Amino acid sequence: MTVESTAARKPRRSAGTKSTAGKRTTARNTPGAEPELVQLLTPEGERVKHAENAVYDKYVTGVTPEELRGLYRDMVLTRRFDAEATSLQRQGELGLWASLLGQEAAQIGSGRALRDDDYVFPTYREHGVAWCRGVDPTNLLGMFRGVNNGGWDPNSNNFHLYTIVIGAQTLHATGYAMGVAKDGADSAVIAYFGDGASSQGDVAESFTFSAVYNAPVVFFCQNNQWAISEPTEKQTRVPLYQRAQGYGFPGVRVDGNDVLACLAVTRWALERARNGEGPTLVEAYTYRMGAHTTSDDPTKYRADEEREAWEAKDPILRLRRHLETSNHTDEGFFAELEAESEALGRRVREAVRAMPDPDHFAIFENVYADGHALVDEERAQFAAYQASFADEEGGN
Amino acid sequence: MAETTEFKGMALAKAINESLRRALEADPKVLIMGEDVGKLGGVFRVTDGLQKDFGESRVIDTPLAESGIVGTAIGLALRGYRPVVEIQFDGFVFPAYDQIVTQLAKMHARSLGKIKLPVVVRIPYGGGIGAVEHHSESPEALFAHVSGLKVVSPSNASDAYWMMQQAIQSDDPVIFFEPKRRYWDKGDVNTEAIPGPLHKARVVREGTDLTLVGYGPMVKLCHEVADAAAEEGKSLEILDLRSVSPIDFDSIQASVEKTRRLVVVHEAPVFFGTGAEIAARITERCFYHLEAPVLRVGGYHAPYPPARLEEEYLPGLDRVLDAVDRALAY
Ligand SMILES: Cc1ncc(C[n+]2csc(CCOP(=O)(O)OP(=O)(O)O)c2C)c(N)n1
Repeated sequence: MTVESTAARKPRRSAGTKSTAGKRTTARNTPGAEPELVQLLTPEGERVKHAENAVYDKYVTGVTPEELRGLYRDMVLTRRFDAEATSLQRQGELGLWASLLGQEAAQIGSGRALRDDDYVFPTYREHGVAWCRGVDPTNLLGMFRGVNNGGWDPNSNNFHLYTIVIGAQTLHATGYAMGVAKDGADSAVIAYFGDGASSQGDVAESFTFSAVYNAPVVFFCQNNQWAISEPTEKQTRVPLYQRAQGYGFPGVRVDGNDVLACLAVTRWALERARNGEGPTLVEAYTYRMGAHTTSDDPTKYRADEEREAWEAKDPILRLRRHLETSNHTDEGFFAELEAESEALGRRVREAVRAMPDPDHFAIFENVYADGHALVDEERAQFAAYQASFADEEGGN
Repeated sequence: MAETTEFKGMALAKAINESLRRALEADPKVLIMGEDVGKLGGVFRVTDGLQKDFGESRVIDTPLAESGIVGTAIGLALRGYRPVVEIQFDGFVFPAYDQIVTQLAKMHARSLGKIKLPVVVRIPYGGGIGAVEHHSESPEALFAHVSGLKVVSPSNASDAYWMMQQAIQSDDPVIFFEPKRRYWDKGDVNTEAIPGPLHKARVVREGTDLTLVGYGPMVKLCHEVADAAAEEGKSLEILDLRSVSPIDFDSIQASVEKTRRLVVVHEAPVFFGTGAEIAARITERCFYHLEAPVLRVGGYHAPYPPARLEEEYLPGLDRVLDAVDRALAY
């Protein structure tokens, strides 16, 4: 019995369904047991329809073949971008890369559920969400190349800077959402984080604040099963989505490799936020197919078979099968996408290689908004020091 | 390991690993805790193989929560254990800063000396490895400023080995800053020849014209500076501080009384840093001996920059030599 077939029969969310909550465990806690999750597309690409999914299904019933192709395109291009960045790291063009391989559906599904006026607080792996927000992918590479510590204006796409300190951004998202509510706006906020991050105090505090202030925030946890070398059960003994219950808002686990389900569940959660119903925790159950980052060596802590089992649930393959069996595409579509994907790879490669090193004086830029005498003094000393080399060279 | 007393060419990271191994063997109350310290052996492999040999109850993979790591280590210490916790990188210690500053540092005093908290907090620190933000910082002054904490940083494999032994044996909390860019530098380690006390500075090179004080990653640079200065006929003395709290001012004073000039080098920002404290104290103690003001070389009052600018930000050979020249010019 596959994860999906079990799940397809018994998807649920924690709030409002108390029946089996106590018995549920993660897959690893009880060998052989499978997580229950919302799934609308099986790994074979079949559309799942049944009563228990209905609450979410209605958020995607209107999805057109063209929109489905769009989701597919987003995932393929995001994966291509990610692969290019990984190889650029290998070639020494980037200092580090955090690959999203395997998490495309979770990111594209949730990212495409957002409205332009919603605000996103990512961690450091949300390249697919950035793509959905219209952030030029080459902007994401600056910090990994070491030319800046951010690289984009968060306000131009309502996509906050990547946050490396684990969990910190969930509080920012909550505060931002509190502000949205104070303003009487109907936008929503979404915070991304990993299963490891769920252990941080900041995340627990963001759950508390969001519940107490009924903040319009969606907590989108991508449970990719690992926090570097530590499996999820080193962070929690109950399925993560059930955490929400203790704070007084709903939690739901969605098949993170099913883009349609991620789209539907996120839309549902965003709608709750917009309607003033407060926070929601979405746990996208997925898998990090690559290493944690390019500095990591997963062979030290996990078995190859695990990855192989998850490859069978590949988010892109799944949607492709669905598109093909429902006759939503022709060969031309895939060929064109392949060409587009190659072009993207080329563009990213060229852009990275052309990315200039920052001006030395950038060290002193934007340290303060209002300026600071010490920074001015140090900048002047730095300038004099740099100039002394120029003099020497000139003199020789 | 028991029979070996001398390791030739051992990497600094490996020396800490051996030291932790010895501590785990010697005392069943010693525990290793942290993120990824088990199977992976830590992101720098400093705890490599320890979980395999001592089991999951001695070498503990913790949840991803620094406040939790330090807070529970305090509890374990209250119960008689001697936890050695790993913070993965310098910039990630701050979720634990509250536990370290408001709890770990103060409980001994609050309990009128009844409680001892022998907790070691290991922090790989400093730059020069081309990392992304929060992976290259030198926050030692933030800890040295807090009474109740001891702060140390070894510069070589032998010190790494012995200072870790001494830190674990200390009944006070010790913040143990490991110079990550020197993890792979090799040195000889004698596991029998016990060196001097943990908080004693050491003259690692004799000289007559000026004293260079450094610690951790900067000691190697100080040697390069002294080599370059020697070519110009200047004789620099190098003092490896080893401990940032307490600071061995007597050793600095003795050296400065001899050389009459002092330059302090650290990666951390100069403003409100270790160098400021040394400059003030040494000026007080050696006012009539000094031929030049105490100069400091370190980071700027700016966020640690992206990797492609760190060469400009970090003290390098030229910047330290420049300070040496300025001090000698008085
Ligand atoms: C406060 C803090 N502690 C430690 C780290 C080092 N670190 C970076 S990523 C990571 C694991 C994160 O796991 P998870 O939250 O599951 O996210 P994933 O990377 O799997 O998406 C760790 C320990 C950090 N960045 N921040």
